[in-house]
Amino acid sequence: MSAPLMDVRDLVVQFNVGRSGLLPWAPARQLKAVNGVSFSLNAGETLGIVGESGCGKSSLARALIGLNPISGGSVKLNGRELAGLAQGDWRSLRAEMQMIFQDPLSSLNPRMTIGEIIGEPLRMLKAGISSSDVKAEVERVMARVGLLPNVINRYPHEFSGGQCQRVGIARALIVKPKLIICDEPVSALDVSIQAQVINLLMDLQSEEGLALIFIAHDLAVVKHIAQRVMVMYLGRVMETAATDTLFNAPAHPYTRALLSAVPIPDPALERSKVIQILEGDLPSPIAPPSGCVFRTRCPQAEAACAAQTVSLRGLAADSHAVACIKAGAPESR
Amino acid sequence: MTSTLLQVESLNVRFATPEGEVAAVSDLSFTLAAGESLGMVGESGSGKSQTAFALMGLLAKNGRASGAVRYCGVNLLSLTEAQLNERRGAEIAMIYQDPMTSLNPYLKVGDQLTEVLRFHKGLDRKAAFAESVRLLDAVKIAESTKRMGMYPHELSGGMRQRVVIAMALLCRPKLLIADEPTTALDVTVQAQILKLLADLRRDFQTAIIMITHDLGVVAGVCDKVLVMYAGRVMEQALVDDLFGSPSHPYTKGLLHAVPQMHHQHGADRLATIPGNPPNLLALPPGCPFAPRCVERFEACLKPAPLQTFDGARQRACHRSVAEIAKAGASEVIA
Repeated sequence: MSAPLMDVRDLVVQFNVGRSGLLPWAPARQLKAVNGVSFSLNAGETLGIVGESGCGKSSLARALIGLNPISGGSVKLNGRELAGLAQGDWRSLRAEMQMIFQDPLSSLNPRMTIGEIIGEPLRMLKAGISSSDVKAEVERVMARVGLLPNVINRYPHEFSGGQCQRVGIARALIVKPKLIICDEPVSALDVSIQAQVINLLMDLQSEEGLALIFIAHDLAVVKHIAQRVMVMYLGRVMETAATDTLFNAPAHPYTRALLSAVPIPDPALERSKVIQILEGDLPSPIAPPSGCVFRTRCPQAEAACAAQTVSLRGLAADSHAVACIKAGAPESR
Repeated sequence: MTSTLLQVESLNVRFATPEGEVAAVSDLSFTLAAGESLGMVGESGSGKSQTAFALMGLLAKNGRASGAVRYCGVNLLSLTEAQLNERRGAEIAMIYQDPMTSLNPYLKVGDQLTEVLRFHKGLDRKAAFAESVRLLDAVKIAESTKRMGMYPHELSGGMRQRVVIAMALLCRPKLLIADEPTTALDVTVQAQILKLLADLRRDFQTAIIMITHDLGVVAGVCDKVLVMYAGRVMEQALVDDLFGSPSHPYTKGLLHAVPQMHHQHGADRLATIPGNPPNLLALPPGCPFAPRCVERFEACLKPAPLQTFDGARQRACHRSVAEIAKAGASEVIA
């Protein structure tokens, strides 16, 4: 087994959220958006990250690429440590790692043409590159993502959401990265356009050997695109496994509830299925529950869940790990 | 299903814009019985939301609705604002798409809820408060009395959407129009809310118009479905027929474009609908879907009228049902 492309150990992303009272000497409170997440990603692999809003999946993604500070733990890209990196040093990494954002239109500068937007990473990263070289590269990636060459001088507002997302993908692709972090790239798109973008990402991956970190709240999309899936809840990893293992034999009560809640576009199946309704809301991440963070909503919680902190532990199947004290017990289904 | 609650006859919605007149909804007709639920699906710009706004009399100033919307025999389009207000919120209620913007940020949740009851039911402050708390409990909001004194920004998105739903249900409406009620929410919260709507239908015989782009939601909630494209009905059918044997290429395209949970990972490529949703200002002359349709032929340059077949089903396509069914078989193999 070769060394992984990205190796993350006990990553913590923490934000200061103001004092607990009005008094100036009251201690500042911290919100741990990501709390001890570990995973590794091989070249050419797709890791899907799922979870409800507020589970820390976007904070995690933004920390990996340096848009959020890394407060603790380690992130290694090709063996190079990213935690504690100076702002200027991040730039050299952008050629290896790029990001695609959720809102296709607002992530593009409205005053720049499509050609300028797509070419900018190249101009920033390769000092002294000639403008004809930039133009040739821009045309190459535009053809790659299915944008016609005659739109190169248009502005983002002239495009639909799907086309804007293609521009975002082209912009990420132009520096020939090894890894693209996709933060809900298809959530804002109509289903027909969503399918086009998903197919494009999968084609790019198989042809260019890209690794993807694919964040989405749509589990069916993640199942389609990812080889491995990580389920997050309140900043922690609840379960991680190969995609088919996770979807066919989920071991964590949260994963099971999440999967049962996905509506199936088939009336007969939809009527007969049993939904595990999760009561209540996500607890505040400023004061997470003791022990297992999911216990306040877990249908199988018992006293022991509050008493001990649970960490991920491996199950029989390779790379299947669960953070639940009851997982693996025969009655867990 | 005996009594017809809502009867929409050739509803047209037009907007006057600087670029010309936009036909947001064209010639839409359907009926809805008490306790029935109708799904409206389609991509953005297909006229789903504008249909809902037209039914509620909430079109933007440059919009004009024509045709007839008969609710219990009364044409809603011909009513004055005051007459509409007697019904809106009381008999006909709407759940809006965006829970962040459909509540007034300056008013406490409790004030917004009790206002509805005091206006429509003439309840006093105390009775209205008690009833509002009861409904917040019904939509599973914890510590409901405390939440009544909170402002919308103090609640999470899921909670806000539940407040909006509670508000729509306060007067036990006979008709509930839900415009993408769960699109902004997580699947777990969505499951809670869909269950709530199903309970409501069962307990109070509320008719529901569910506007969504999520075919999974339609499969779970609706009795019948309207598939819309560019403001027109492409297909109308009972939910089982629509999913079992879609008779329009657009419906088929939508069904195949969705990743399926029961497929194994990487089993197949997603089928796509080529191209983009149409510009309503420059619609093609014939069938609006023709430029993106894999089944198109010469006849598609002429408009495809909505035709009834197989009893109560309707479709607008020049190809025959058999041709569409056959095309489906070969596509799955390919």
